[in-house]
This record gives sequence, C-alpha cells and structure tokens, in this order.
Amino acid sequence: MSLCPGWAGPLTVEKPRPNPITAAWPRPRPHGDPTPPEDLSAAVWSLVPALYAPCASRGWCCSGWPRLETPECLSTRPLLGPFLAGRAVGHGGVKELFSSLGVECNVLELDQVDDGAKVQEVLSEITNQKTVPNVFVNKVHVGGCDQTFQAYQSGLLQKLLQEDSAYDYDLIIVGGGSGGLSCAKEAAILGKKVMVLDFVVPSPQGTSWGLGGTCVNVGCIPKKLMHQAALLGQALCDSRKFGWEYNQQVKHNWETMTKAIQNHISSLNWGYRLSLREKAVAYVNSYGEFVEHHKIKATNKKGQETYYTAAQFVIATGERPRYLGIQGDKEYCITSDDLFSLPYCPGKTLVVGASYVALECAGFLAGFGLDVTVMVRSILLRGFDQEMAEKVGSYMEQHGVKFLRKFIPVMIQQLEKGSPGKLKVLAKSTEGTETIEGVYNTVLLAIGRDSCTRKMGLEKIGVKINEKSGKIPVNDVEQTSVPYVYAVGDVSEGKPELTPVAIQSGKLLARRLFGASLEKCDYINVPTTVFTPLEYGCCGLAEEKAIEVYKKENLEIYHTLFWPLEWTVAGRENNTCYAKIICNKLDHDRVIGFHILGPNAGEVTQGFAAAMKCGLTKQLLDDTIGIHPTCGEVFTTLEITKSSGLDITQKGC
Amino acid sequence: MAAMAVALRGLGGRFRWRTQAVAGGVRGAARGAAAAQLGRKVAVVDYVEPSPQGTRWGLGGTCVNVGCIPKKLMHQAALLGGLIQDAPHYGWEVAQPVPHDWRKMAEAVQNHVKSLNWGHRVQLQDRKVKYFNIKASFVDEHTVCGVAKGGKEILLSADHIIIATGGRPRYPTHIEGALEYGITSDDIFWLKESPGKTLVVGASYVALECAGFLTGIGLDTTVMIRSIPLRGFDQQMSSMVIEHMASHGTQFLRGCAPSRVRRLPDGHLQVTWEDCTTGKEDTGTFDTVLWAIGRVPDTRSLNLEKAGVDTSPDTQKILVDSREGTSVPHIYAIGDVVEGRPELTPTAIMAGRLLVQRLFGGSSDLMDYDNVPTTVFTPLEYGCVGLSEEEAVARHGQEHVEVYHAHYKPLEFTVAGRDASQCYVKMVCLREPPQLVLGLHFLGPNAGEVTQGFALGIKCGASYAQVMRTVGIHPTCSEEVVKLRISKRSGLDPTVTGC
Repeated sequence: MSLCPGWAGPLTVEKPRPNPITAAWPRPRPHGDPTPPEDLSAAVWSLVPALYAPCASRGWCCSGWPRLETPECLSTRPLLGPFLAGRAVGHGGVKELFSSLGVECNVLELDQVDDGAKVQEVLSEITNQKTVPNVFVNKVHVGGCDQTFQAYQSGLLQKLLQEDSAYDYDLIIVGGGSGGLSCAKEAAILGKKVMVLDFVVPSPQGTSWGLGGTCVNVGCIPKKLMHQAALLGQALCDSRKFGWEYNQQVKHNWETMTKAIQNHISSLNWGYRLSLREKAVAYVNSYGEFVEHHKIKATNKKGQETYYTAAQFVIATGERPRYLGIQGDKEYCITSDDLFSLPYCPGKTLVVGASYVALECAGFLAGFGLDVTVMVRSILLRGFDQEMAEKVGSYMEQHGVKFLRKFIPVMIQQLEKGSPGKLKVLAKSTEGTETIEGVYNTVLLAIGRDSCTRKMGLEKIGVKINEKSGKIPVNDVEQTSVPYVYAVGDVSEGKPELTPVAIQSGKLLARRLFGASLEKCDYINVPTTVFTPLEYGCCGLAEEKAIEVYKKENLEIYHTLFWPLEWTVAGRENNTCYAKIICNKLDHDRVIGFHILGPNAGEVTQGFAAAMKCGLTKQLLDDTIGIHPTCGEVFTTLEITKSSGLDITQKGC
Repeated sequence: MAAMAVALRGLGGRFRWRTQAVAGGVRGAARGAAAAQLGRKVAVVDYVEPSPQGTRWGLGGTCVNVGCIPKKLMHQAALLGGLIQDAPHYGWEVAQPVPHDWRKMAEAVQNHVKSLNWGHRVQLQDRKVKYFNIKASFVDEHTVCGVAKGGKEILLSADHIIIATGGRPRYPTHIEGALEYGITSDDIFWLKESPGKTLVVGASYVALECAGFLTGIGLDTTVMIRSIPLRGFDQQMSSMVIEHMASHGTQFLRGCAPSRVRRLPDGHLQVTWEDCTTGKEDTGTFDTVLWAIGRVPDTRSLNLEKAGVDTSPDTQKILVDSREGTSVPHIYAIGDVVEGRPELTPTAIMAGRLLVQRLFGGSSDLMDYDNVPTTVFTPLEYGCVGLSEEEAVARHGQEHVEVYHAHYKPLEFTVAGRDASQCYVKMVCLREPPQLVLGLHFLGPNAGEVTQGFALGIKCGASYAQVMRTVGIHPTCSEEVVKLRISKRSGLDPTVTGC
C-alpha cells in the first residue's frame, strides 16, 4: 500500500509547506472516522504522534484518534531538531553534518533497541524508504544519507533547521473571541503549537471580563438572555389568558437577572479556558503588540512584558463600542460593554443609536418595564431591509419605546450621582437648530463599533489597515497585506460582523494553513437575526439592495402579514408579523432575499438559509408542505406579490 | 364530520352545479375555494356527527376544531406554565406555584375555534361556494343526497365529486365501559370542566401531545402504552420524547392494556388493566379516560358502494391513484380518508389545491408525498422531515448511512436551570459524498419552526456539506443543525460545549 500517495521516492522538498508527510497522512478529523486503516500496524500509529509533534510539551492532540503508546525507545527522546534513525555501524556522515551545522542530532540506533526492527518497519511504511539512516528535520522527512547532503547543498536543510528553531510557536492568535478561539482550537487539533493572547482593556466605566470575546461576555449571549427575560414578561401577561391565575403585579428584579446571567457567562469563560488547556493551546492573558516581524510583545495586567515569536499570526481582536466624542460621554455614559453586568437597574434610559445593538437593548429594557427612549440620527438598522427595519421600530413604539428621530446628543451632564444617578442630555436636531433637553438615569451609547487595530504595532510589520474604519483588508483566504498575518472576525474588512461567521472563518483558516483543506469561507447568504421584541430574521438581500443589483422589473416580491396562533388567544395584535421573500425572475424565481418579522425568527430563518444555500426557488417553496401550526409554514403558502398591490391583512384566521 | 366538495354539472335534479364538490374540513374548504376561484360552481357539504359523548363543532374539520389548533393552543398554555417557572430565574418576582384554571383556558381556546369556524364560512361565501350543513351520502356516481334540518331532502349532482371526510377517533370495541365512560380527542378540547386525573390510552402522537399538555397544566396524567410509542417515527427520538415526559411528571404504564372501565359510586372511573408480559391485573382510579388509540376513516355512512368507490377492506380508507382519483373517474379523495397518505393538515390542503388546479386549472402537477415535514407538539417538541434512521438503514444499508448527531443545551435553559438531557438533533445522510441528507430529526423548543426551513433544504436535495457551509444564527437552537460534526459511527461524545 502506498501510504503517501503524493510522496514516493527521494525527497525534493521545495517549500516547507505543505509538509509532505503531514499533508499526505490521513488527517485526524474531529468528525471523521477514527479507525486507522486496517492494514497499518498499531506500531505505525504509535509512531505518528512522536514524529508529528516531536516535543511532548507541544501537546500533540490527536482528537478523535486512539491514543496509542509510543514505543519505549522513542517516548522519552527529545525529538526537537533533526531525528535520525540508523544503525550503530555508521550514518554516512549525517551525524557529523549536523554537528558541523551546530545542531545536535537525536539518534536512534535501531540495532541497539529491543523493538528496533518494528520501528524500522514503521518508518519504512511511513516514508517509503527502507534504508537507513532515515532522517527527519522539523517533522519533514528528508530522506537517506544522499538526500540529506543534497538538501544541505541546496540550502534546504538549513532552512528546515531554521524553521524549527526560529519561532516559539507555529501560530499566535491575538484575541480570544469567537474567531480567535475557533482558529486556535482547530490549529491545535492539527498538531500545531498555538498561543492565544487575550486581554480586555477595561471600558471607560471600568467594566472588564473573561475569555471568550464580545459574543460570550458583552454580546449575543447576555443579550439573548435579557431578551428572553423580556419575552418571559410578555409570557406572563399571555399566561393569564391561557388560564394561569395570579393577581399580584409582577415586578422585575434587575439584580437577580444580571447575577444569573453573569454566573452563566463565568461558566462559559471557564469552559473556554478548559478547552484551550485540553487542546494544549497556550493562553496568555496579556495585551499583544507587534514589535518586529514574527515577534509580538505581550503585556500583562501588572505591566510585565514578555516576547513571543511565531511563524504565523492571526489577528482577531474584534471591535469595541464607539463613543460620541462629546462632553461627558466617557465619564457618564455606558455602552453594551457595561450594560450586561451593571450592578443596578439602569432606570429611565436613553439609548443613543439605531444599530441592532441599540434596538435590542432598548427592546429588552422596555420589556422589564423601564422608561426607554431611543435617539436616532437618521435611519433604523442601516444595512438591513428598510421596510423590515421600520416595522421593527413601529412594533417597539407600540410597545412603549419612545423614539426621538433626527437628533444627536451634544452634551451629557451629571445632575446626581447614584446607582443609577441622574444625567441631563442636551441634544440638537440634525435638520435645524432646535435643541432639546432630557433627564435620564442612564445613557447607553450604541452608535457603532470601532476595530481594535490601532494600538497593536501593525504598522511596525506593515499590516495595512483601512485608516478610516481601522479595519484590516484581507483577501479571500483571510490574508492581510503581510503574507504570514491573517485576520478573522469583526476586525476584517467587509465581512459580516457575526459570531458564527468568525467561528467558521477561523476554523477554515486553520484548516487551510495546517491541514490539507482548500475550503474558503463562504460569505454569501449569511443569515442573521435581530433579537428585538419582535424578532427579525433575514438571509440574503434587502429589498433595496436587490433592486439595486437586479433592477425592480426583474424581481418578484411575495409577502404577507400573519398572526401566530399563540398570539390569538393571548389577544396580541393581528397584522403585525410579516413575511417577505424576494425572487429573481431571471433565474427561475430563485429566492435571493428572505425576511421574517415574528416570534422565534431566528429558529425559523436558519433552515431557510440552508435551503437558500441549495438554490431555493419559489416553486420549491410552493411544493413544500408546511408544518402546522407554525409561523414558518407561512412561507409555503405565499401567494400575494407586492407588485399586485393586493391587500395582505389577515381577517380572522 | 362529513365534508364533500361538489362541482355540480348541468341541468336536472333539484340543484344543479357546473362543478361539484363533496367534502368538508379544511381540505374540502380549500379545494372548494380554489375551484370557485377557477370559475366553477362549487358546493361544500359538511356535517359533524356528534361524538359518543355528544361533542359537536362547526365548519373547518378536525384540524380547526379538535386537532392542530386547539391542541397547539393547549400546548402553548402548558409551555407558558413552564415559562412561569423560568421567570423567577430571570428576575420576575412571581410567587410560585401558580394555579391553572381549565375553564378559563378552554373558553379562550373554544372562542378562538368558533371564530375560525365563522371565518371559514365567510371565506366560502366570499368565494361563492355554496355550503350545506347536511349529512350527505351517495345516491349514484354523480349525485349525493342529504337531509336538512327541516327534514327536507336535498339532492346535489355534480361533474366532479371530492371526498374529504377525514377520520374520527377509534374506540376500543371489546373493553367494557370504554364507549360509555371514555372520551377522545373529539371531546377533550371542548370540556367545560377540567378533566382532572387522567388516563390517556394509546401511544400515538395524539396520546402523547394530550398527556403532555395535561401534565403541563398541572394535572395528574398517566399514559398507558401497549407496545411502542410513536410508531412510524424514528424510535430513538420517540424514546427520548417519552423520557422527557417521564422526567417532567407524566406517568407511564408500559406494556399494559386496559380491560375494563367502571364508574365508582363516587363518580370516579376505575380502570382495570393487564400487564401484557406478566398477565397480572391492576387497577387505578381516574377522573377521565381518554382513548387515543388511532383513528378510523369516515366512509361508512357515505354509501360509497352506490357510487362504486373502492375502499381498502382492512382500513376502510379510500383507494386512490397518484392523481387522487378513486375507482370512479370523476370522484376523487384527499386527506385522512385516503389510504396511505400522511394524516396531516397541510398535506390535505396542498393535495386539495393541486387537485383542483389539475381539474380546472390546466395544471398537471402531482402531489409529492415524500419528505413531508411534521412536528409532534409534546412538551419537548419533536420535528422531523425525511427518513427515520431505521428507515434509512432499511433502504440503504447500515454501511451506506452516516448519522450526525448532537446533544445541545438551549441558551434559555441555562439561566432557568432546566435539564436539557433530551435536547438532541440528528441528521441522517448517505455516507457516500456528497452525503445527501435523507432525514432530519430535532428534539427541542420550537422544533416546528426549526424544521420547516430545513424541510425545504431537503426538498432542494441538500447535502451534508451544503448544510455545514450554512452559517449559523447565534444564539439559536436551530444553529445546532448546521454545526453537526460528530457522526454516530465515530463513537465520539456528541455533547455540544461552548458556543
């Protein structure tokens, strides 16, 4: 059996990567078949870890593989540097060659160890070379005596030796969020020596958090949990209509909720640390800053500096909330970085901004019964379908959230200290000279986010950033302007700022760098959901964008209002939930935009996103049978086109 | 309930119609409405035979009156009970326990159903479909006859007749007291008073759904199952559904069959049953006994033999071809009354719509009964589409099937401290690349909503790789489907950790 299909005979290594041995091996897959091919002896497999990860401390992780014992003669050897298997009678000068290069060579005399014959058998199976000496440098099989000298003459040997000794790590990832961690774990699974540098610079209000990045600590997770808390408030109201009996006015306790949510987050932080440890990824709670090529300075909380080097780097530092740059904003305002761990109820709140963060926060705060105002400079949910965005807004407005349109704050003053205190907000119209004043307990800024790229020494190694946005331009394989530096997640330019996107691109990046994979991250038709009180799920194009790209006359838009069954008995409003699909008439009515406003929009949207990946058309929607009674089934019975102008209101059922 | 949509033909007889429809229920209504839209003269004949307990209802069929709609609403009531228990963890100061008032819920649900009955009538009227609330039967192959309330006989003749009379719950025939004291799903949703301590007999989804919401609203509920639960569904999923119910208070008597029901002097019902393996007899006292042991098609009173429509001798269901045509060329049948069709409302609706489009709209589209998605609204919902694991293995062989699976924890469960042991998803694929998806099974909250979109994916011929290339929506339960990485064959732990 040819073990290494792409590798037979003498070695002529052109570049160190892809590593001919590792690339040719059937690779451990986390989801693959863990059984080694049957015709390989157990001994072969026992050698694999030793050869792939010569240093035990590097923590070879063969997740999914049986952990077999390394033959005793190999297990204790420090296999860093060259490794030579031969016979005591002589190595054709190879040993001396390494000595002359100033490198100590690990030698295994096969005729002097008990299981030498077995080892040789294993080696010849792995390398297809039956003779000794058999030379490896930095996990690359160089070959026999002649090949080693050839490699020396061509300079390849020196390069291979340097490869190994030059860097502390194969990969250093700056930023321990969704993208960074997924990349780290995948690289470790592929046998690489990986470090993660993660450091949370406290917010201006002093809030800080643990490992896991925005999503886990100050994003999706606490946001969805607070959204759930608000939904429960609605459920409590509904429940009386469904026969549940209680008379007391139900109050919401912010502290109880926040404590429960923070406890959950702590357990997630801990889980991340544990999983890095399990995969032998080095985690350092320090701030990373490039100082020269391949070298990064890590500064910890106490100001201690340590330097690390790596062959490749991934930047996954994400973004942090933006401030207004007006008087009083950093002193008195909070952002989403602070809200989820706020030790007291924020009280009467002004949310500044119209991003999804702004609307989601305003939504759940109002759901707890707080007095909430949203100050919007121009449009809601920029980048999203504007018809949907307006519907999101008007539902919130009907449920007690006040909107101040076309105003921007110009000054924040503290009237009273306290938990919460009292703040005076001065705002001016974006259209005229009108100014207004308001008093709030809390002002939450949610006007956008800035990339964390400016204070990490990128200029020292020449990584280009977009000067305006601070984002890092990358090519389709997440590579920056410096070939060995990559960027994933919110920090990379032009990519959707979403956790699952970061996870996917981080994982695929690691597989391309260290595995045999060529798969690129597909950024088309990425679904998402805005967890406003009425959830909005979408996938594909907004109506405006579709018209811009395909022209109005080439599109057919189907839409309807619907009334979730659960809302009927609960006495909640009809003709509020809305479903819309945008089809391209020039391409078999293919669905290019999917939009739903209704309960559980996220759960509904996911499967449709998968279907859009498979080329969903209107015909297929019509042919698919609905699941009754659900909200999702509404898409299987869409009949009214927008162009027809027909009434879409529901009368009764 | 008997519903027939009749598209009436030329002159002669008491009523003449251009197109004739004989049917009732959702499907009949849908078909009738569709035919009417296509410019035909349509009548719908619908009559609800009262249940043995005397329960009756309006236009709309099983789904609206004694099926999906009231079922899902009572399921929702039970879910809200769970949410009330979650609420304190999320900061809502609700004193526990919160009692539940059956009367209030039932009234609200019944009012909604009545509004739907009304809506269906209005819809038929709007589309100029003639509606007859009479019990009709065939006189000959073009004519049906019914008796109106005043005793007046009505004859309807039509070019095309569609039978959509559905089915009714089955009562056991050899159990003393079954008919006298037992109720069925025809009655439960219309009870004015709480059923109290209830014994549900059966293992169908109807049985489990009813037992689930009864438990959820705080009633002492026992399910008696003779053999396997949810026959026809994936058995691993079925057993997890049962496991979840059992751990949430529903009691199960497995391998038992009831032998008699008696009313005790105090009004309670004493049920005697036999353990099928040991043969031992046991008894228990209940307030209500609910039979959910299956359904029988409503064909007996139709005089089908007069029209020459063939039925299956075993099931009494009507035999049809792929165009829903019966043994009589111009008589068709759709919905639960038809042999070998999935007994689901949306299936019936679509079959009706396509049929009418074929008859009058020049269409030739046939109904595709493969990959019909469905959801069982047990306390933990179970959504599925495509093949069960057993069926996939039977069709393709163990060696050619790869099953990816995961145990996950819904984010909302964490803070609420809920047990997520049975939250589970599995995708059954062909093993050979590109690993075509054969079936998807999802156990968890909002399973229906999750399943719908993926049903489309499967319809599009989704492969495992395509599903994996779909970016997840975070944090949802449905994203677990696109994150399925662990195959059963690998033997690895399928528990999802972290995000």
